[in-house]
Amino acid sequence: MDVIETISVAKDSLFVNKIRSALTMIGIIIGVGAVILLVSIGEGARREIYKELGELGSNILIVVPGKTSKEGGMHMGTSVVRKITYDEARFIEKRAKNIIHAVPVVLGTSWIKYKGKSRDTYIVGVTDPYFDIRNLKIEIGRGINASDVDSRQKVCVLGRTVKKEVIGDANPLGAVVSIGDTKYRVIGIMAPKGMALGFDIDDVVFIPTTSALELFDTDRLFNITVKVRNAELIDEAKKEIRGILIRRHANKEDFTILSQDEMIAVMGKILNIMTAVLAGIATISLIVGGIGIMNIMLVSVKERTREIGIRKAVGAKNRDILLQFLAESVILSVIGGVGGIILGIALSVGLHYFFDFLPTHITWWSVVIAFLFSGMIGVFFGVYPARKAALYDPIVALRYE
Amino acid sequence: MVILDDIKKSYILHGRVVEVLKGITLEIKEGEFLSIMGPSGSGKSTLLNLIGCLDRPTSGKYLLDGIDINTLSDNELAEIRNRKIGFVFQAFNLIPRLSAIKNVVLPLLYSGMPSEERNRMSFDLLQKVGLSHRANHLPSELSGGEQQRVSIARALINNPSLILADEPTGNLDSKTGQEIMDIFKSIHKEGATIIMVTHEKSISEHAERIITIKDGVCFSGCY
Repeated sequence: MDVIETISVAKDSLFVNKIRSALTMIGIIIGVGAVILLVSIGEGARREIYKELGELGSNILIVVPGKTSKEGGMHMGTSVVRKITYDEARFIEKRAKNIIHAVPVVLGTSWIKYKGKSRDTYIVGVTDPYFDIRNLKIEIGRGINASDVDSRQKVCVLGRTVKKEVIGDANPLGAVVSIGDTKYRVIGIMAPKGMALGFDIDDVVFIPTTSALELFDTDRLFNITVKVRNAELIDEAKKEIRGILIRRHANKEDFTILSQDEMIAVMGKILNIMTAVLAGIATISLIVGGIGIMNIMLVSVKERTREIGIRKAVGAKNRDILLQFLAESVILSVIGGVGGIILGIALSVGLHYFFDFLPTHITWWSVVIAFLFSGMIGVFFGVYPARKAALYDPIVALRYE
Repeated sequence: MVILDDIKKSYILHGRVVEVLKGITLEIKEGEFLSIMGPSGSGKSTLLNLIGCLDRPTSGKYLLDGIDINTLSDNELAEIRNRKIGFVFQAFNLIPRLSAIKNVVLPLLYSGMPSEERNRMSFDLLQKVGLSHRANHLPSELSGGEQQRVSIARALINNPSLILADEPTGNLDSKTGQEIMDIFKSIHKEGATIIMVTHEKSISEHAERIITIKDGVCFSGCY
């Protein structure tokens, strides 16, 4: 019996049990759909983070206190190790030849109050080059400049969310707000950056580093954000900064210099693992779907024992019977696979449409792999029932009631 | 055309060897119409299955058209059944979800005939058994006699050298049974070799030769 004939016979018998075939297919549809959906969520998150990190400037090194391995990720500035100071940042900026700027960054949280409204928000102390380095745009007014820093001016630049929540629709420029116990004058408003992975990067207030050190009563920096001249000089600059800091830290390397690329790589690694885990979970449901196919094929073989006997009596070879039943399970799984692809793509697109903050990205490889895998499941879980059918003794099968 | 030489067949049933055929020697010539009689359990169906290449003898030699059946593989036996043998069963054994014409065409699916030709042949045969107007009906929509005529058409489709019928009238009333026997007689007249198992004397008398089997040995008619 040729291929077309085999497929048509299989199709006919699947059609007789429409509901049963459809229910069996749903198992595969859900499995394949889940693989595509979950991989698209993982991949969407990865791309989003790459994009966000990429938007936060290039050729950047970050010096944080404490010696950590790369995998440790970012430090929150709370460690008891030797601090990094404002003067050290200034010193690096002056001495290192391969860098353009070294920005001392202070991070803390505080209340900001204006006319009875208040908000708990992030306060970031920076110097003037920070906005350029991090690709942050000022929409209204101006950013923090060098003289603000030098003279410890009590001025602030508000993120979009803070402006909206605290000042509202009033003209913000020149408004005097309280941060902690100190009065600050608003000199600028940031252009909106939006949500990134559920974190509102507009919920922030920038003030001069020097003022921030006073505000939090500390001389400990959160980090030094360094802009290197160009990408080729990153390693060079790293060495240079390391040399300068080690000398100032009594020959101890109690700090870590991370490059943006390294951080992206670490993030990427974590997200790849996450995507793999999600795909793995989805694969389990695909396998369950496959077991569903095997189950239904076993029932089908049993039900059609007599048919198998008849076919054998009129000249069907074992191979013909095997292929007939195998074709049925493969058709079930392949049609289920196509349905799953449609479902997965629809859910991925729909999810992002209805939940803005959940980025999804459908990858062609997940579609291809899910489809091939569903076909393989059809073969794998179909072989056992089909073999069972093929090996029936025709006489016994013909007598089967 | 069929030569059986001291054919024995035994089964293992509940751990005991049961000898069903205890040495049958028989020759059937081309164009013969033979009926096999015997009480139930005598081994006549087993003998028919062996002749039909659905089963192999435990010992003894079986030549069909000069081919030694014992030397053939399962697949080769399937091919012999496909090309040389047509079966008619007591229970009709039509595939319930296939229409009459699709049931008739079944053996040709396994012989690799182009679809147009085999559909035409099936329709011609349905016409011959007087059922062309019911070609697209399912077996459940046909009467017993009609179902048996479909299965005769199926048995004839591959132009077999041998037609084997196992109690073909067993599930039919006597009038319908008579009609079926008329069809057998007419195809016999056209030159077909027919071997029919029955336990009804009146039916067996349509055949030219009657052999009787009792307890796995040939009682009469074997030569």
